[in-house]
Amino acid sequence: MNPSLIIDASFLVAAFLFIYGLKRMSSPVTAASGIRVAGLGMVIAVVASFLYVFNVNEAAKPHLLVNAVLGAVALAIGLGWAWTSGKKVEMTAMPQMVALYNGMGGGAAAAIGAVELFRPGAVHTTIPLVVTIIGSLIGAISLSGSVIAWAKLDGRINGTWRFTGLQAMNGTFFVATLALGLYIAFAAHGHAPAWMTAAFFVLALIFGVLMTMPIGGADMPVVISLYNAFTGLAVGFEGFVLQNPALMIAGMVVGSAGTLLTLLMAKAMNRSVSNVIFSNFGATGAEEQGEIKGSMKPIDAGDAGINMRYSSKIIIAPGYGLAVAQAQHKLYEFVKLCQEAGVEVKFAIHPVAGRMPGHMNVLLAEAGVPYDIIFDMEDINGEFKEADVAIVIGANDTVNPAARTNKSSPIYGMPILNVDMAKQVYVVKRGQGKGYSGVENELFFADNANMVYGDAQKVLVQMIQAVKSLDGGH
Amino acid sequence: MLTGFIALYIFMLAAFTGYEIIGRVPSILHTPLMSGSNFVHGIVVVGALFALLNATTVTEQVIGFLGVLLGAGNAAGGYVVTERMLQMFKSSKA
Repeated sequence: MNPSLIIDASFLVAAFLFIYGLKRMSSPVTAASGIRVAGLGMVIAVVASFLYVFNVNEAAKPHLLVNAVLGAVALAIGLGWAWTSGKKVEMTAMPQMVALYNGMGGGAAAAIGAVELFRPGAVHTTIPLVVTIIGSLIGAISLSGSVIAWAKLDGRINGTWRFTGLQAMNGTFFVATLALGLYIAFAAHGHAPAWMTAAFFVLALIFGVLMTMPIGGADMPVVISLYNAFTGLAVGFEGFVLQNPALMIAGMVVGSAGTLLTLLMAKAMNRSVSNVIFSNFGATGAEEQGEIKGSMKPIDAGDAGINMRYSSKIIIAPGYGLAVAQAQHKLYEFVKLCQEAGVEVKFAIHPVAGRMPGHMNVLLAEAGVPYDIIFDMEDINGEFKEADVAIVIGANDTVNPAARTNKSSPIYGMPILNVDMAKQVYVVKRGQGKGYSGVENELFFADNANMVYGDAQKVLVQMIQAVKSLDGGH
Repeated sequence: MLTGFIALYIFMLAAFTGYEIIGRVPSILHTPLMSGSNFVHGIVVVGALFALLNATTVTEQVIGFLGVLLGAGNAAGGYVVTERMLQMFKSSKA
């Protein structure tokens, strides 16, 4: 049988399985099977692609054995490394790991473009050549940008680059990179000297670094999602260059899905994507803030626990701090104690709780919390006024009422969880510090709010002990 | 050949597909979904493999090798973390 027929048929099957798998991933009930369906598609496509050995061009035939061995070795190393690192990574570190894997995909797309541009004697027509260069540019930016995003979220790079003229410098850099790309396409017709092609890739990589360095940690999820869309586009474009419909379809599906996801995330944070990329969020603000009336009132963890045990409805607003303290298991233990005592318990998740949308759901799922007591902000915000207790654990900016009222606040306009409307608010917090955005939280000073100071895990242990000793005493 | 308009049709329909799939996803699944879509573009490894197998110079071989390595990392890593996350989602009725 004709190998290219088998390859084409396999890619068709793979494209179907990718789309069907992604579709199944859109509901929590079928999601786990969805990724396996998509995974099967990937295995079929990769295995079939080894049939390319029967179809290589004449010039490459003498090198075929070496190339095939190189391919198998590269596959084994990439697969082995990613498989083990993926199994090991903590759920809290998931966003940066996704960023890293995504950057690798961008790099692979750029590499495809580079091989095309470095191929001696290749005949380039204008449209595929322009698409190759754009795909390479986007892929390279995604690679270096994702690596910076990973390093920042992983705490390997601290601080952000901000100085006057930064945007002008980045703009100049981008224009220079683009101009070089256009020169290679239209003046050199793809046969630019090797140093020039290499310079194009180096410039694109540097631009990815420059573009990501000024972006603060709080905005990083939006950036990761944007780079995810970038990689998708780059893969789609290089798929066109290689005349490979599987790459075109998979790349473009991810390109558009990733773009929409980026917009949804930015909307949840009340920021536009251009605002995330081009503004200096958090650089100002703190000193402009007015005096906050009231004081922070501490309460003992055990007392707070007992009060919750005797209330009829509590809503929990968890944040990234909960996961950092690795307290989600203890939290669920406490929740189960309350549920056994007849308390109605719900979780309220802000769209940007954790380090990216949905991250908190993953962290709670890790602790075994069933997803049907976890609610999105818009579904639960109306219920806070009926709740006896709202407890905030490791969250800050997402519950700051200043976002509703204080026009001078940098987070003004961001939708927040209405925890302040509950009869009683407990805030579990390590100390008196500010949130990720550097804004003081007036919720902590409100009349109906009490602070439970301490490490979230220790606080929850105290709450559990207090409730247990109470029930055991009967 | 997938030239000109055929390619544009493929891109257009694929873009709509991606848009439709994400539009209906509850936000609790956004992280696994971002990771899952990240996995799907790992298909780039197939393109990198094609480029490597057709390499004729050492430069192409080196770049192609890197491409396959990175693409394989994208696909395998994306799969593992997505599956790990999705396996944890459980209903209280189950």
